[in-house]
Amino acid sequence: MTDVPYIAALEEVTKTYHMGTVTLNALQGITVNVEPGEYIAIMGPSGCGKSTLLNLLGCLDRPSSGRYLLGGDDVSMMDDDELSEIRGTRLGFIFQSYNLIQQLNVVENIEVPLYYQGLPAEESRIIATVFAERVGLGDRLYHKPFELSGGQQQRVGIARALVNDPLVILADEPTGNLDSHSGTEILALFDELHRAGKTMIMVTHDDDIGRRAQRVIRLRDGRVEEDIRNG
Amino acid sequence: MDDLARHRTARRARIGFAGLWRTIKVGFKSLWLHRLRSLLTVLGIVFGVCSVIAMLAVGEGASHEAQEQIRKLGSNNIIVHSVKPTDEQKVGSQQSYVIEYGITYLDVERIRQTIPDVTVVVPGRIIRERVWNATQHIDAEIAGTVPWYPELRNLVLLEGRYFTEVEMNSRKNVCVLSEPMARRLFPLTPPIGNNVRVGSDYYKVIGVISQEAVATAAMGNIAKQENGRSNSAATPRLYIPLTAAKSRFGEILVRRSSGSMEAETVELHELIVQVHNQNAVEETSKIVEELFSRNHKKKDYELIVPLELLRQAERTKQIFNTVLGAIAAISLIVGGIGIMNIMLASVTERTREIGIRRALGAKRRDIVIQFLIETVILSGCGGIIGVGLGVLIPYFITRFSEMATIVTFWSPIIAFSISATVGLVFGIYPALRAANMDPVEALRHE
Ligand SMILES: Nc1ncnc2c1ncn2[C@@H]1O[C@H](COP(=O)(O)OP(=O)(O)O)[C@@H](O)[C@H]1O
Ligand SMILES: [Mg+2]
Repeated sequence: MTDVPYIAALEEVTKTYHMGTVTLNALQGITVNVEPGEYIAIMGPSGCGKSTLLNLLGCLDRPSSGRYLLGGDDVSMMDDDELSEIRGTRLGFIFQSYNLIQQLNVVENIEVPLYYQGLPAEESRIIATVFAERVGLGDRLYHKPFELSGGQQQRVGIARALVNDPLVILADEPTGNLDSHSGTEILALFDELHRAGKTMIMVTHDDDIGRRAQRVIRLRDGRVEEDIRNG
Repeated sequence: MDDLARHRTARRARIGFAGLWRTIKVGFKSLWLHRLRSLLTVLGIVFGVCSVIAMLAVGEGASHEAQEQIRKLGSNNIIVHSVKPTDEQKVGSQQSYVIEYGITYLDVERIRQTIPDVTVVVPGRIIRERVWNATQHIDAEIAGTVPWYPELRNLVLLEGRYFTEVEMNSRKNVCVLSEPMARRLFPLTPPIGNNVRVGSDYYKVIGVISQEAVATAAMGNIAKQENGRSNSAATPRLYIPLTAAKSRFGEILVRRSSGSMEAETVELHELIVQVHNQNAVEETSKIVEELFSRNHKKKDYELIVPLELLRQAERTKQIFNTVLGAIAAISLIVGGIGIMNIMLASVTERTREIGIRRALGAKRRDIVIQFLIETVILSGCGGIIGVGLGVLIPYFITRFSEMATIVTFWSPIIAFSISATVGLVFGIYPALRAANMDPVEALRHE
């Protein structure tokens, strides 16, 4: 990976939705390069294509045209199984509504990505516990999601995103459902991850994140409006 | 973080048997979360499996009993009964009339001369009379027979002995009691050596013998046998030498009832043709039938071929099993549809969970396996409960209704594997639907 300058690279990526006779160009030629260790905020008005872009970056969807290189591999042509593999090994997702599995407790939720990588039960339990402790939930290991506050649930989500040691962490409005206090705590956690060298791409409306991020990409109508690096 | 890096080196191993076991545990967990719903879902399978096993057990028990009784009649035998012709009965209801019908000694002679491969022809005479021991009495059939009769009919001597050829030739007043009659007439004392009275004649008891099965044309029919052991319904018998029967009861039997008198002349009531070679039984029975129909103007006889009854019983059982199989198939399909219905609802309900799992690296295959395992757990548990009930129910039927039931070892196995297969088959569609969801759409689902 040392000979590849970019950890993720989008080249003229478009995304078109067909709804009956209407076609909607959600993304109209996006070119973005992400360097290792970057902390990027994607911002812009509602409906400008932020989530669509993040889903492409997260290999949940394939671009209609253009190329996407992740860790040196072209993922725009990969089949469903290969994309699942990439999501499970190279990417970590954090969602606005946490998206924890309700019937599983904290450790079990954190274990899910490890399970799909075939890690034995005892080892995944050890790793998941370590990550739960890292996000400050060492005393809530066997609680179910509904027994936790929003901030705590999002911590579980973060631990789950980190547990597979991904190349890139992707978050879609991670503080959108949180009160400002919990939001600030979560942002502090992101800062810590950034300092530890993690690559993070975050969709947000929150100017606070915009200020903390090292680079802000503004979208408008499916195009990059501006791409600024802070300091 | 060093220890984490060490743990991760083991990561690339594929999800193997241990992984499957974990998926099964997760499956149990999510089914347990909706216990009531899971239970209701599975009821169709439970009742399907349970009724199949129970019905098979009842059918098997009934047909086994029927076959057992038919076998007792002797599969090498052809039995001929004298039957009162139906139109004669009307005439007899006028004033006094003597009815003449039935098997004659001439018939016996004809069989002897015409059919070569017949080993023995046993004539028998049956008279219905009341048998007394002091004040104890019982209505019975007095059977005039030959010394080798028990052997022919597979009867077992329980006490004493049967009468001999010498006693037969000298028309001795000796008798052998069937077991229920001995119990009834001699509740306290041993019967052997005592005398029983029939009309004005006394007979010395020399033995006790097992009760014989009744030969009826309905024997091949399982349904008619279901209501209980026919042993208990059979009339008790008193066996005396044929010669004694002839001289004591004469050829004419007179019965008085409410003013009118009815008399009948029957030379022989029963006759057994034993065929040496079992393969010739059917052929011989045709010849016997032919002999009788040629020489009797009226149908005053009835031919019973136990071997044919046995075959008929087997055919009936086969039909019974086929019908059962169809019912079973229908009920299991209904059960399967019930499971599929709930699994489809469950897939829709858990769309978000599916999206999450897909985002976290689950392949389509992993989702298919997860949902398939849940349906197989459902139908498998339903099958196990059904097998349990299906084995218990026949036990209680036998316990409380005296009806024989037999649970063959293969019926639970078949019922269970069919139910598990049903789960697998009906689980495929919901599982594929879950796996083919678009991850992005699934994540947006509310
Ligand atoms: N699955 C879809 N089908 C059709 N249109 C879609 C779909 N997903 C998103 N869009 C449209 O694409 C545009 C960009 O959406 P999105 O990326 O969600 O915007 P946002 O920046 O608010 O996250 C919107 O106009 C939206 O309606
Ligand atoms: Mg959005």
